[in-house]
Amino acid sequence: MNPQRTAWLFLAPALVVLGVFFLLPVLAALVLSLTDYDLYALADIRNLRFVALGNYRELLQRPLFWSALGHTLYFVAVGVPLSMGASLGAAMLLNSPLARCKPFFRTALFAPVVTTVVATAVIWRYLFNTKYGMANYLLGLLDVHPVDWLGDPHWAMPTIIAFAAWKNFGYNMIIFLAGLQAIPPDLYEAARIDGASPWRQFVHITLPMLKPTMLMVGILTVSGYFQLFAEPYVMTEGGPLQSTVSVLYLMYDEGFKWWNLGSASAVAFLLFLIMFAVTVLMLKLSRRGDET
Amino acid sequence: MSPRLAKALVNGLLIGVAAVALFPLLWMLSVSFMAPGAASTLPPPLLPRHASWGNYRELFVHAGMGRYLLNSLLVAGTITVLSLACNLLAGYAFAKLRFAGRERLFQALLGALVIPAQVAMLPLFLLLKHMGLVNSYAGVVVPALATVFGIFLVRQYARGIPDELLEAARIDGAGEWRIFVQIVLPLLKPIVVTLAIFTFLAAWNDFMWPLIVLTGQEHYTLPIGLASLAREHSQDSELMMAGSVVTVLPVLLLFLSLQRYYLEGLLLGSVKG
Repeated sequence: MNPQRTAWLFLAPALVVLGVFFLLPVLAALVLSLTDYDLYALADIRNLRFVALGNYRELLQRPLFWSALGHTLYFVAVGVPLSMGASLGAAMLLNSPLARCKPFFRTALFAPVVTTVVATAVIWRYLFNTKYGMANYLLGLLDVHPVDWLGDPHWAMPTIIAFAAWKNFGYNMIIFLAGLQAIPPDLYEAARIDGASPWRQFVHITLPMLKPTMLMVGILTVSGYFQLFAEPYVMTEGGPLQSTVSVLYLMYDEGFKWWNLGSASAVAFLLFLIMFAVTVLMLKLSRRGDET
Repeated sequence: MSPRLAKALVNGLLIGVAAVALFPLLWMLSVSFMAPGAASTLPPPLLPRHASWGNYRELFVHAGMGRYLLNSLLVAGTITVLSLACNLLAGYAFAKLRFAGRERLFQALLGALVIPAQVAMLPLFLLLKHMGLVNSYAGVVVPALATVFGIFLVRQYARGIPDELLEAARIDGAGEWRIFVQIVLPLLKPIVVTLAIFTFLAAWNDFMWPLIVLTGQEHYTLPIGLASLAREHSQDSELMMAGSVVTVLPVLLLFLSLQRYYLEGLLLGSVKG
């Protein structure tokens, strides 16, 4: 058999699946976002009209879109540094020559990553129950008044952020740990001989050596955090007072609750554009940091 | 700082972080054995006074949890087996078979990784509705049958197979299919295990797409079933903790038994190139 044909036969199943069930729908989403596809069009396609950028214009004028974007950015801006900081801290502890029982600790810290979001969100809802939750009980011991964690618009998002950091930090921890292990020990040796404090070693050796890892982890984590959905769906249903409605939550409601598929596709595309812009910005900033 | 103090500090912090990571999971297990209402008391009880399987019985007899569990096993198992086949074939082709436009096609696939999966979901729903696959297992399985990540992982690994080995087999007159099955697959075994765990865990834990495409309870997977139970029974903490145990325990055990493969795959997948 001719080798070209073999190669394409081997590729065919995967390419057909990706083409029909991913690339084609992505292109269709672009077209869909330019139409008023709704419940009526779902019933009879002849009701479909082309509205050009109408959905986008409408969305940009809707307060709910801007608040959903605001909540998502809040989640990303606080959640990503928090979870990456926790990952780096945990990785440094695990990498310390003083640490004992490393395999046990590594597994323990990684365990939340493999759990199901829905199940652990249910656990957190109980831990942060206003009346009987462990969080308020412990605060009560310190004479702090109970906080209505998931029922107060100011506290709901911070609680979700804490949950996400707990759930995810182990993933990046493993990547950072590999990055730390790749730093040549002689660098620290030389710094110690020069009398550099542990803090200066961290700033002048660890951080610069980890920079490529940090950038990659940062970009992947940011795009993951932009896709916030299951946490508010299970923990708050978007409430209280819509304070935890994320962009994807809006897309889900718009598309699969109200069946405004055209407008929901526009939400999805706007999210994609924003994520893309943020990624490019992060790459640019890191390059400029290299030049100075 | 004295070395002994530093050692105590590092290990103390590790114990603290491990406690934070594990406490919610251990408490979930403990509360799941408590009698209804027992967890809604102050101070929050750490251990059940009279441990019982009551909540689990309630879940499986009345709440349909057994059905959800079987659905999850069926869906995640099917996705794992079939997507492994697709990704292995394609990853190997990208690594070792020569064809025009190979590198460009692969770069294009990697480029597609920047598109979040949710962009495709609305038209995908319409497409599957047209095909009659909404509210069926196939609706969850079919779109997951190939992943760029899986192809990438296999390609990275398969590039390490020496060309001489394949050439020698070709000179001996072995067909490409036979080479793949008898020579390549055994060499790819570690990455097969890694990718299998990754795929199974991702399929098991997946939430948004199954929530959209599975509209009837009889097809619910565990996360969807649990989320819907959590909305009905928001006050029954003990019952919900038991539901969480059923959902989390299988993947946690799978991870614990094969964690070496999982962590290796995580690192391999995070090195771009």
